[in-house]
Amino acid sequence: MSYAYYPGCSLTESALEYDVSTRLVFERLCLGLNEIDGWTCCGAGAVDAVSGLLALALPARNLGLAAKQYPGKDMLVPCSACYLNHLRVQEETRKDRKLAARVNQTIAGENLTLDPAIRVRHLLDVLVNDVGGERIAQAVLMPLEGLTVAPYYGCQALRPYPVFDNPERPASMNGILAALGATVLDWDKAAVCCGASLMATHQDTALRDVAGILGAAAEADCVATVCPLCQMNLEAYQKQALRGSERAQAVAIVYLPQLMGLAMGLSPADVLLSKNLALTDRLSAALDRQSRQANIGSFRSDNHNRRVSPCSRTSSSR
Amino acid sequence: MHAESHPPITLGRVETGLPDPLDQVREMVRACMQCGSCTASCPNAASMDLTPRQMWRALLFGFTDEVLASQTFWMCSACYSCTLRCPRGLPLTQAMATLKRLAAQHGPAAARRKGTFYQAFIDNVHKYGRVQEVDLMFHYFMAMRDPRLPLRFTPVGMKLLAKGKLHPPSSRHKGVLDDLFNRVRELEGNP
Repeated sequence: MSYAYYPGCSLTESALEYDVSTRLVFERLCLGLNEIDGWTCCGAGAVDAVSGLLALALPARNLGLAAKQYPGKDMLVPCSACYLNHLRVQEETRKDRKLAARVNQTIAGENLTLDPAIRVRHLLDVLVNDVGGERIAQAVLMPLEGLTVAPYYGCQALRPYPVFDNPERPASMNGILAALGATVLDWDKAAVCCGASLMATHQDTALRDVAGILGAAAEADCVATVCPLCQMNLEAYQKQALRGSERAQAVAIVYLPQLMGLAMGLSPADVLLSKNLALTDRLSAALDRQSRQANIGSFRSDNHNRRVSPCSRTSSSR
Repeated sequence: MHAESHPPITLGRVETGLPDPLDQVREMVRACMQCGSCTASCPNAASMDLTPRQMWRALLFGFTDEVLASQTFWMCSACYSCTLRCPRGLPLTQAMATLKRLAAQHGPAAARRKGTFYQAFIDNVHKYGRVQEVDLMFHYFMAMRDPRLPLRFTPVGMKLLAKGKLHPPSSRHKGVLDDLFNRVRELEGNP
């Protein structure tokens, strides 16, 4: 099984660790990620405020490239804003042929056309529905026992198109985190907005959004995210957001595939944990306990074997 | 629908006979029944001068200039909670984005300035094909001409620098989107 992979701009820059950990986890799960060659920006959350047609044309180009390079493959997107932009093109052009023709005109210069059959999938959707907790649990070598994780979904993976989870009370990450051996924090901010691009335009408003989320996550060892913008707002602006707040307690913010990688025996260096901007002593201590609990000697050799050829080994042993 | 047989009540803008720039947004929210689910769902309503519900009402009553000058839609972070919960199924987040676009074109100078970040973002995408974060923020600061603005981002900039996350812009995909941008401009000229 493999996917057409659209990393998006953030994953090549400020969210490099999200890209690296996603690729490593997919390798562990023996799933292929074929990066779309020549992909360009989808317009993120900004394009809507500039041009309605451009908001469809930019993602349409990537969809056209995916259709040409990887026909029949689902398009996997780890960034929630990129996911929504591409999904919206498919949803809107599928029900409006005139609009589809207009959008196709914008990408005709490169001989690209939309393929209405392409499914745009969020990373979390694929992990939950194509992989599933059972297969993830089988790949776990060092369970995250004793680690309490607050699953944070943000907005655009869930809304306005509720494809794979309840958009009001999402729960799809619970099964994954349980498969990793972690404890899931039951909290009410899992689907509350982080402020998104207001951090650039109206920072005070966005900082209030962030402070509310961090305050509610105080019980957790870390927050798990599935979007580079959520991650950036929660980690990079944490100090500013917590300034003056009564429950001013730092919270570690990590990408879900980073946690998955750690549970699957990858090292903190492998999943680029050093790139994260909000790491706490509390998380480090919890991860130390976890790695001590696992049998490090046998883990290392096992890890080494798996790194050589995890997939062929799995298939030959069956 | 019975409501359709009555012309919309206009109290705000003096009738000029010219098409009102906000008519397309008015159409999106025509069926608003003022329940306030949007306001109750909005994470940023506390920062708005008009609540979303009040703004839809003002819009439908013809207060075009007041709506264009309002802060409300600029505070929308596109979380889609209102869109999801609207019992009329109205595309409210889309309406907010369209208001940002129209205010940057037709609004007062202060409103046009608020569109700066979005325009800087799209200019960056046009130029480089993929967003180049450092170059984007540089051009945003330059366009805003506010010496205090960069200071608000300095702590984060330092953190990103220390983590090796700030890069000079990459020219690898420069110009790739020229044709697409030209075609969009042409098509938008003749809808």
